[in-house]
Amino acid sequence: MATGNSNASIWQIFGVFSKIGAFTIGGGYAMIPLIEREMLQRKWIAPDEIDDVVVLAQSAPGLLAVNMAIFAGHKIRGIRGAVAATIGAVLPSFVMILLIAMFFTAFRENAIVQRIFQGLRPVAIALILVPAVNMALKSRTKWWAWVITVATVIAVAFLKVSAIWIILAVLACSLGLAMAREGRSK
Amino acid sequence: MIALLLKLFWCFFVIGLFNFGGGGAMISLIQNQIVEVHGWLTEAAFTDIVAISQTTPGPIGINCATYVGYQVMHDAGFSNLVAVVGSASATFAVVLPSFIIFWVLMRAFNRFHDDPRFVTVMSALKPAVAGLIFAAAVILCLHVTMDGLTPQISVIAENFPDWTSWALFAGAFIATYFFKANPIYVILAGGILGLIIY
Repeated sequence: MATGNSNASIWQIFGVFSKIGAFTIGGGYAMIPLIEREMLQRKWIAPDEIDDVVVLAQSAPGLLAVNMAIFAGHKIRGIRGAVAATIGAVLPSFVMILLIAMFFTAFRENAIVQRIFQGLRPVAIALILVPAVNMALKSRTKWWAWVITVATVIAVAFLKVSAIWIILAVLACSLGLAMAREGRSK
Repeated sequence: MIALLLKLFWCFFVIGLFNFGGGGAMISLIQNQIVEVHGWLTEAAFTDIVAISQTTPGPIGINCATYVGYQVMHDAGFSNLVAVVGSASATFAVVLPSFIIFWVLMRAFNRFHDDPRFVTVMSALKPAVAGLIFAAAVILCLHVTMDGLTPQISVIAENFPDWTSWALFAGAFIATYFFKANPIYVILAGGILGLIIY
């Protein structure tokens, strides 16, 4: 992967990514087209390389928005570009959330705020559920995928097992399985 | 104060490290660690934070981490300044592992997303992450305690005080899942309806 193939300054990278961070509502997926357009217009990343950035950022673990900033920033100016892009992408929402948090903490007991949030809560929970249903229904030809999903729900919601242990266990089992498979095919 | 800040930092570092499914998965991990494991926030307070994170510009996972960092320090009785430090350390801690993972992936594999081991691990993790998000939604709706082998289930009244709140829940799910409505408008509608109904 070639790095540092542009003459963009660290501050320019920071500026562009903070603009993207400030104006995308809805998280990482909404950011992809914006980042693509900015990178191509400024010729910071070549058209044949931009797809590579998107695919890598999507397949790596972590938040998509942060991964996009790291991978794209790294392509533009190496590790310093990656840091500048990530700080840029995160800073606007950090400042906005802080202001809201301070304001809301002061007005939490207000009757009108209480009524609004009484309506918001069930909606927010429904919106958590939507990506889970999408994920569960996607690539559902394998029976063991259902077993993993149902076992995880029971373990976490009913038996109060920490989510970290679930992920560690799945990581260890699948990695062991992949290694064993590799050993057999040799 | 320093002890709680360090705990908060470590907690969000672990959340960032084990996040394999984007923003929705991160909300489930934050809920699991902050509400369930540490009991730093109530279900209702966390649900409010999620609603705000979903409507504010920027990545939902980052918004949620920033807000939770602030709220945890604030609720522990510390000043505004300390709460700001808390939110900064939570945000920094949750982003940091992404750099470590990026560095490892770049070193270890030239094209890691084609590597068969990586593909197997991710295909096993995806259904687990879907289960984690399901569980997060269940825990925000229902209180479950185990009495031996029989689960004792009750509704969380702060989030679902009456049947209208279940109707809002069902309506929001149908609108976003089946009719692909923009979540921002769905949340705004929820707020307006809440103001009218309650």
